[in-house]
Amino acid sequence: MDFADSPDESAFRIALRTWLAGHNPGLPASSTDDAYWAGMAAWHRSLYDAGFFAMSWPTEIGGHGLAPVFEVIVDEELAAAGAPPRPSLGYLVQGILEHGSQQIKERFLPGIVNGRERWCQGFSEPDAGSDLASLRTRADRQGDDFVLSGQKIWTSYSDEAEWCLLLARTDHDVAKHRGISAFAVPMRQTGIEQRPLRMINGVTKEFGEVHFTGARVPAVNMIGEPGEGWALAMTVVSHEREPGELGYVARYAKMVNDLARRVRADPAAFGSEQVRELGWAMVEVEMLRRHVQRRLSDRLDGIQHGPEGSVDKLLMTWVEQAVGHAALGIGGLAHGGGDDSWLHAYLYSRAQSVMGGTSQIQRNLIARRILGLPAPS
Amino acid sequence: MDVRLSPEQEALRDSAAQVVARFGPKAVGQLDDLARQGTLDAAVDESGWRELRAAAGPGTPLASGVEPAIIAEELGRGLADVSFLGPTLAAELRRVAGAPATSSGETVGLDAGLGSPVHAAAPGSSPMVAIDTLGCDWALSLVPDSDGYRLVRVELGPTRSGLDLTRPSVVLGSLAPPALVEGATRLVTADDVTRWTALGLTLASADLTGVMGGAVALACEYAGARRQFGAAIGSFQAVQHVLADAFAVMEGARSITLHAAWAVDALPAPDALAAAAAAKAYSARAARTVCETVIQVHGGIGNTWECLAHVFLRRALFSGDICGDASVNLRRVLRHHGLGGDDGLC
Repeated sequence: MDFADSPDESAFRIALRTWLAGHNPGLPASSTDDAYWAGMAAWHRSLYDAGFFAMSWPTEIGGHGLAPVFEVIVDEELAAAGAPPRPSLGYLVQGILEHGSQQIKERFLPGIVNGRERWCQGFSEPDAGSDLASLRTRADRQGDDFVLSGQKIWTSYSDEAEWCLLLARTDHDVAKHRGISAFAVPMRQTGIEQRPLRMINGVTKEFGEVHFTGARVPAVNMIGEPGEGWALAMTVVSHEREPGELGYVARYAKMVNDLARRVRADPAAFGSEQVRELGWAMVEVEMLRRHVQRRLSDRLDGIQHGPEGSVDKLLMTWVEQAVGHAALGIGGLAHGGGDDSWLHAYLYSRAQSVMGGTSQIQRNLIARRILGLPAPS
Repeated sequence: MDVRLSPEQEALRDSAAQVVARFGPKAVGQLDDLARQGTLDAAVDESGWRELRAAAGPGTPLASGVEPAIIAEELGRGLADVSFLGPTLAAELRRVAGAPATSSGETVGLDAGLGSPVHAAAPGSSPMVAIDTLGCDWALSLVPDSDGYRLVRVELGPTRSGLDLTRPSVVLGSLAPPALVEGATRLVTADDVTRWTALGLTLASADLTGVMGGAVALACEYAGARRQFGAAIGSFQAVQHVLADAFAVMEGARSITLHAAWAVDALPAPDALAAAAAAKAYSARAARTVCETVIQVHGGIGNTWECLAHVFLRRALFSGDICGDASVNLRRVLRHHGLGGDDGLC
């Protein structure tokens, strides 16, 4: 039982810190800026080439095969240095590792890990959000290909991606969960149109919507068996809620420290309610930090995709939104003009209780699968 | 970093859970069962759990902060009406004061807000409260001395009452002045008090985590059985969602408290206190909300004396105040970040 770094962990931390001193790309450290999203591809390759990415993924796909705690060290050091966070691609890697054939894994995973091929996720649709299984995008077999038609939304990096992990309906005669298959779809072809979504903080580079009108995907690019798309989706969404993916904790810690610095510089400018809100944000961040450490340690006994991920997601959401409120209270509304990055951080925090499964969906999962409460009649 | 419990720690947790399951109160009516209470006390006595922080060698405790926190969580979960937190903190005081261990039942005396073990400048001038007094005849506390504190103790009178139905308090009148503890070889330093406070906050937070776990389990059982509109109320999302939130904050409290428990001995005293203060602020706020939710899920029954829900709430409110409430500890967290003034040790 030890929260401190082991000698190996400590040496790794120092090596990373040293490298960062000369290789911080100087992007905005916050994801509330388009310049940040535009620079992510180059940042990914730079981190990977220096040996500071994919720490806990298998060596066969280009990872380092280390304990998940090394990912946390990366997150902490990046945030401390004011560098952008590492790209969160674990969902893709886990989904393909667990469901893809050997051929699919060998073809796609190294490019995902080393950052040479950019991917987006084509899951949600305008009429299939929380009720993902009712998705209507269809993939119809024609010779060696499937032909795609339909619309996706909330597709991260759809403008830059070369590949899309797409869920589409391949069987219309079975229950809705069973008729879905997953594909690796090449994005740069006719029949695919994407357009950016502008979010409430003004960012346009994070999410897009994508229309498929007769685009084609080779049948060999199906990931898993026909009808295995739902299982893959569940692997992906539960992975998105796992502690290693909750790398945001270091970013929250940095925001809280920046806000504290602001108050220390001019204490008279802030009321007790604002400072109190900041205090609670500090407490919440500390909680999440320890919670992630606990979950990562549990994973030393083997990887799990259980319902406890929903607990983690709820906790993370509360933390981000507590930090958002502190940012709003202390960073303030720049009525007289000036820095509005804190306002943007606050606005961005509202999405946390929606993306990756709404807080309401997480509560349903906790109630049914952890607390054992009865199903609604 | 590897914060999994060791096999020994897991075994300790399991045996504490077993003792509580066998001898703890299962209903409000059983709180008056003195025979059961005596059996529970004897089982805890035999286990040696109350001596975990006593000296193993010169100044070193038998166990880290983690082991007593494991026990405290299980006792809280089962509403165990047995003293543990008080005697553990008393043993800690004896160790840091270089006083020999004692077999007489000792707990600690705190100021009326339960914040600090330090008597005001003139001993006996303001009332102190001995906490967690079941089976205890003495309360230890501190009086200021030139550069530190001296260990003192008072004998407890018979009056036992208080908010917490499982752990009664004794108000120490101003009449009996405390006496210096014999054999105490060291002046207790401010650093010692800081670390002692970190331990107190940690054990209270662990108790709160357990209380939340026990209370949520009680509410889930009720929600699965109670039927309205032709269905178990636990099948309604309105009920499911508040219980899911309660479960999630309980897990958060467990995580932040685990770190505080490790920090008690592993970090410099100010950092140990900051870690414990964060854990306590989080747990105290969460536990009150969770217990209120549990009362709400029980509906009318939850507002009756016979339902265990208020026993959980009372225990949560009591532990919530030990070594400072949420607000005191929020100030400690802010101060650790260089914000806010200094308002004393506790």
